[in-house]
Amino acid sequence: MELFWYIAIGVVLTIFFVLDGYDFGAGIIHLFFAKKEKDKEVITKSAGLFWDSNEVWLVAAGGMLFMAFPSFYASVFSGFYLPLIIVLWLIIFRAIGLEFRGQFKYQMWKDIWDKSFGVSSLLLALFFGIALGNIVRGVNLGGVDNGISVHEGHYFFLPLWDSSFSPLAEHPGVIDWFTIIIGLISVVTLAIHGANWVILKTNSSINSKLKGVIFKLNITLAILTAFSLYVWQLVNPNSLDNFSHKPYLMVFPIIYLTGVIGLFFIKKIKKDRHAFLLSTLIIVGGITSSLASLFPVILPSVNNTHEHLTIYNTAASEYGLSVALIWGIIGFVLILVYMIVQKRLTAGKIDRMDYGH
Amino acid sequence: MEDMLFYDRLQFAFTITFHYIFPQLTMGLSLMIVFFKWKFLKTKIEKYNNAAKFFMKIFAINFTMGVVTGIPMEFQFGTNWAKFSELTGGIIGQTLAMEGMFSFFLESSFLALFIFGEKLMGQKLHFLTGFLVFLGSWASGWFILATNAWMQHPVGYEILDNGKFVLENFSELFTNPWLLPAFLHNQMASVVTSAFVMASIGAFYILRDKHSEYGRLFLKTGVVFGLISSLLVAFPTGDWNAKNVAKYQPGTFAAMEGIFETEDAGAEIVLIGQPNMVEKKLDNKIAVPNILSFLTYQEWDKQIPGMDQFEAEELPDNIPALYYSYHIMVGLGTIFIGVMALALFFLWRKKLFTIKPLLWTIMFLVPFPYIANITGWYTAELGRQPYLVYGLLKTSEGVSPTVSSGNTLFTLLGFVALYMLLGLLFLVLVGKTINQGPTPQTH
Repeated sequence: MELFWYIAIGVVLTIFFVLDGYDFGAGIIHLFFAKKEKDKEVITKSAGLFWDSNEVWLVAAGGMLFMAFPSFYASVFSGFYLPLIIVLWLIIFRAIGLEFRGQFKYQMWKDIWDKSFGVSSLLLALFFGIALGNIVRGVNLGGVDNGISVHEGHYFFLPLWDSSFSPLAEHPGVIDWFTIIIGLISVVTLAIHGANWVILKTNSSINSKLKGVIFKLNITLAILTAFSLYVWQLVNPNSLDNFSHKPYLMVFPIIYLTGVIGLFFIKKIKKDRHAFLLSTLIIVGGITSSLASLFPVILPSVNNTHEHLTIYNTAASEYGLSVALIWGIIGFVLILVYMIVQKRLTAGKIDRMDYGH
Repeated sequence: MEDMLFYDRLQFAFTITFHYIFPQLTMGLSLMIVFFKWKFLKTKIEKYNNAAKFFMKIFAINFTMGVVTGIPMEFQFGTNWAKFSELTGGIIGQTLAMEGMFSFFLESSFLALFIFGEKLMGQKLHFLTGFLVFLGSWASGWFILATNAWMQHPVGYEILDNGKFVLENFSELFTNPWLLPAFLHNQMASVVTSAFVMASIGAFYILRDKHSEYGRLFLKTGVVFGLISSLLVAFPTGDWNAKNVAKYQPGTFAAMEGIFETEDAGAEIVLIGQPNMVEKKLDNKIAVPNILSFLTYQEWDKQIPGMDQFEAEELPDNIPALYYSYHIMVGLGTIFIGVMALALFFLWRKKLFTIKPLLWTIMFLVPFPYIANITGWYTAELGRQPYLVYGLLKTSEGVSPTVSSGNTLFTLLGFVALYMLLGLLFLVLVGKTINQGPTPQTH
């Protein structure tokens, strides 16, 4: 039952990153590449129409995590207190930018909303990557200092950074060179994804240029990925054990690679949908590979005093998980129905759609 | 440790107060939008359809605000109240996750369709999407109230040796005797807010003599909905809740009513007075004898235990704040009934649209239902103190063990700054929408 909910939450979280990922990505593209007012407007619109229904998935993932793994929820949310609250602020800033842009006539106001949308999208992509980096790196559970635990074994608190910025420091912070590399991977991935979304959904004048951008970003991504695998070994020598013990897990990295390799042929891909699908594969593969490398651990402990948090030692009661299974399935079916109805009605380029309240 | 608890509580109180400005309007407004859309289907008069679409615009702004200020609420269970989440997540996680699954998706998907899809779907389907938005927003209220009902009056649980609450009976979460009265009271109160907002916009249009055809429609609809919902808030739903508090949280009941000493015969109802916590009495008290006993138990002489009958820990920790919250809510609720009854009387005599003092009053009353709703929630929340889970888990035992007060103060200040900005933008946006008016315009 723990396994079921682990997979279910993994799926919901992945859907969130695929969906909200494209509007974060659109924000990054907007920040760096949109120069003409018409393009800025249409790119904002391509994110603005959908961001709130995409972020509902984050709320759903949070709720499910709370229900199924309350100890993990408590530990991680309080331990990563500052970065999480900063993420909340960024989400709000971004929403302000998206929602208010169309409401003001003067260019000076539009510029400021554009920046707030673009910069917060960029920082969110970076922070989500850093978060993933923290999870795979592990934390000092129990706050062990010189062999003495400051907190209960499943609690910790991380400062934003340690002065050495090293994951190998005694008390690494949230931001260190390893988590920054993962953060950059996230930024590049979502930028590619967002560029694909802009091409797919709009008739902006930079569409053809963006294909070249995707190609270059994809090279960067390939290099960063290879580099991250190398440094991951330094940070955690056992990081790839799961894949050698359970070879079928290799399917996840293969999904990732398919996406990356496929996107090298971006200029030859005829259908925009296919390119978008490839960047979706990168996100899906990236998240699932990271989770699979840890499984069944969900937060590794970097000390020997306290055991890792796993799906088994943080789960709610068997009865609770079973009851939730029943309503969970009903809920999933309903959501699928809404999604299908909604997607059918909003298919195609967004230029014809009405925007603004 | 004391500081930490204080800042954690302050941050939650601040962020939830700000958040609740938005859902209380959307829940009530969705009902009224469904009403307009239904009127349009029946009469085919374009005015009703434009009214529905106009209020859906206002709904959408509030919904967006609700989403961006709602995500921090969910996060804060983990960030600031980690111990509470760890111990009770197996139970309240159920209702909160169900809210995400059954109401947010419904609400957000069909809101988008309502706004963008009228031409694509035809009128009957468009009505249906409006109805589904209503259903989603009320379901959200239901699950939040179910969560809160469990904290007020825990049921269906078992406590393990390690202090964790484990779910023992799922259906009891929804048959909790606290839930239905609280839900109905809350929903009616949110209809009060939306009815006052609608009436206020209507009065504004009439006074300004612009969009006055819609002004009359909004005012009329707002007044009818406003009077019905104000009455229902007081009776039976408010009455029902008060009886629940008297039954399940008797110490809280004494504190919110301001009864310091138990009287031999029936208890009086306090109208005005300031709690004096040093001398344990109300200063400048105006009260009516025996009424409270009658209202609560339908017996004039029934004894109601005062605060002198309870140990300190059976009483809320901030009695004056609780007492004021409760009395502000009740006082405003009474005023609402009076104003709306008067307005309905003049509407019946066909004079309402010309009596300027009354129109001005209705227009300026708009902040007060918000205050009444929020003080109502303060009554529930302060009344439950010093507990998170009534009688079982203290608020001080629920905070995150690793987050220092300095960090919480930092984030609290950040939220205050950000929400001030958000509030300003919200007002600009709503003001603009109201200014534009409900007549269809081309972009």
